[in-house]
Amino acid sequence: MSTAVDAPGAVASAGVPAFEPPLIGTRDLVDEAVVGLLARPMRTLLTVLGTVIGLGALVATLGLSQTASNRIVGRFDALSATQVTVSVKPTATETARSIPLDAPARLHTINGVVAAGNLSEIDVKDALVSASPVNDPQKRARFKLSVFAASPELFDATRARLRYGRLLDAGHSGRGEKVAVLGPNAANQLGIEDLDHAQAIRIGDELFTVIGVLDGVERKFDLLSAVIIPEGTAREQYGLLSPTSVVIETRLGAAKVVGQQAPFVLNPADPNAYKMAIPEEPQRAKEGVKSDLNVLFLMLGGVSLIVGAIGIANVTLVSVMERVGEIGLRRALGATRRHIALQFLMESGAMGVLGGVLGASVGLLVVVLVSLVQTWTPVINPMIPLISPLVGGLVGLLAGLYPALRAAQLEPVEALRAGT
Amino acid sequence: MTPEQRGGPAGETHSGNGPDPSQAVAGPADVVTLSGIWRRFGTTPPVIALRGVDLRVRSGEWLAIVGPSGSGKSTLMNIIGCLDRPDEGSYLLNGLDVTTLTDDQRAGVRSRCIGFVFQAFHLLSHRTVAENVMLAEIYRGRPREGRRDRAMTALAAVGLRKRSEHLPTQLSGGERQRVAIARALVNEPSLLLCDEPTGNLDSRTSEAVLQMIETLHTGGLTVIMITHESEVAERAERQIRMIDGVIQHDLAGRAAR
Repeated sequence: MSTAVDAPGAVASAGVPAFEPPLIGTRDLVDEAVVGLLARPMRTLLTVLGTVIGLGALVATLGLSQTASNRIVGRFDALSATQVTVSVKPTATETARSIPLDAPARLHTINGVVAAGNLSEIDVKDALVSASPVNDPQKRARFKLSVFAASPELFDATRARLRYGRLLDAGHSGRGEKVAVLGPNAANQLGIEDLDHAQAIRIGDELFTVIGVLDGVERKFDLLSAVIIPEGTAREQYGLLSPTSVVIETRLGAAKVVGQQAPFVLNPADPNAYKMAIPEEPQRAKEGVKSDLNVLFLMLGGVSLIVGAIGIANVTLVSVMERVGEIGLRRALGATRRHIALQFLMESGAMGVLGGVLGASVGLLVVVLVSLVQTWTPVINPMIPLISPLVGGLVGLLAGLYPALRAAQLEPVEALRAGT
Repeated sequence: MTPEQRGGPAGETHSGNGPDPSQAVAGPADVVTLSGIWRRFGTTPPVIALRGVDLRVRSGEWLAIVGPSGSGKSTLMNIIGCLDRPDEGSYLLNGLDVTTLTDDQRAGVRSRCIGFVFQAFHLLSHRTVAENVMLAEIYRGRPREGRRDRAMTALAAVGLRKRSEHLPTQLSGGERQRVAIARALVNEPSLLLCDEPTGNLDSRTSEAVLQMIETLHTGGLTVIMITHESEVAERAERQIRMIDGVIQHDLAGRAAR
């Protein structure tokens, strides 16, 4: 056999001092660990399953709690967070502590007020409302309906939508005209389906021309089945002294400030006369959501993570036992105990990182899917999925500590003999 | 042809990396110098594996260690391979007293000076042939550049260059052992230790492996081989026979001719 043997030789210690402990490059170390995992992909996946479930549950819980709290804040934003209602305290005496008629104009001096309108429920005694002058004994034609007096801007403040006709304006109020706008339910009851012909209703014995029918409102749902008349008319007909409440729509985030300032604008002498309805602070809703259900899921995630760590520790230990021969070989090739320990630590750490990446993906997927089904907007702190692989790696390293030490303690001679 | 090829890289390595400390202590003639080596195992009563062994192996020698099981030849092999420490006695490898070194330093000695060939091959079954050979370099601290080239050169030396991307499970026993030899050679050791290199092989593939070792020996490599087969031992230029932890015979083999 004349094979050329050119590389190896009887070179004594190849020039480098022979007693120097060998060095291993970081890249080599990482390569060895990754290759070790890829050699048995199925086993690796099953091993990291516990970590995946644990970190997935943690990421999903944190994400869903953020999503849910955002959802509640979002609902507040839509309506409640921009609504302030001023009413007179029941204890207040009529004359000293009333809401001024020009309340809307005064309130507009506050920065953040979008619309403000007076709203007063009129005490019509026992007067019933009817659309027809004829009293039909077969059919009920007279109804007990609430009657409200409104200043023109109330329709803006309640975000009223008109079905047909027109809304009340300052002119109607100023002249004390006997006109009315009906809520949709009230119009139904009274049998008013269109305003093609002039329609009139009676409140008690007073005749009012119907000039408009509402389609809906976003606030003050009482208006849906009520008769709404101009404020000036209410003063003339029913002796309304002052409005009983003011509905204010504010800009987003201004509700609190508007609520604080409005009493001073309405009555600087006695701002305590008013009862203010201000939306709850959104933060409180957020905290409320976080505290209840999620503790359970966080604990579940934590427990899964511990189980996952035990799984990694177990499999790494089994892997050490299986690879005794390989450990012996590596020691013979010049690996120190530290190299062996590092290799197994890297493998378990890499498994942890893999579990963290998969767990973060699963968690995000759960957040997105749940949001999709519930039609929420998924919200998650981007740091959470980024930290997940770090946590996984840490768990993996901890889990690999004992197996790695066991591997490092093996004597090369024993390992070579046992691992054939 | 072979000696000339070997001379080139070897000379380069020496001149390029400064003085060799081992050369300062002893002459280049002795690779292994064992004196008064004792090794005991256990405590009550201790099993005495080696009882004062003295052995000198000169550079370029091919030594076969034979003997029945329990004679201490494996223990001797482990001590020569810096895998085990003697309880008493001194061991100079290339003139360097390795018994006084720390575990980590001995690991360095293994990676630089000793190539191992085992009866059970000890190849990593999930790694390709080339990767198995490259594995030896990882703990040598050599740069990654050219690592594959050096592995391919070593594989070419054992005639398996074409098999470099196969898995060990796709190779025959003889081929596997030749991969193991390539792995042992890639770090250019001064000593090749073969522990029953033909123990798992049939006679035909054994012959190929032995020819391989003979070629390496002819090229100047020091080889120490354990075997219990007398035909294999006779291929070596020198045989020692161990019984009960002492060297019984020390004689030149048939193949020394």
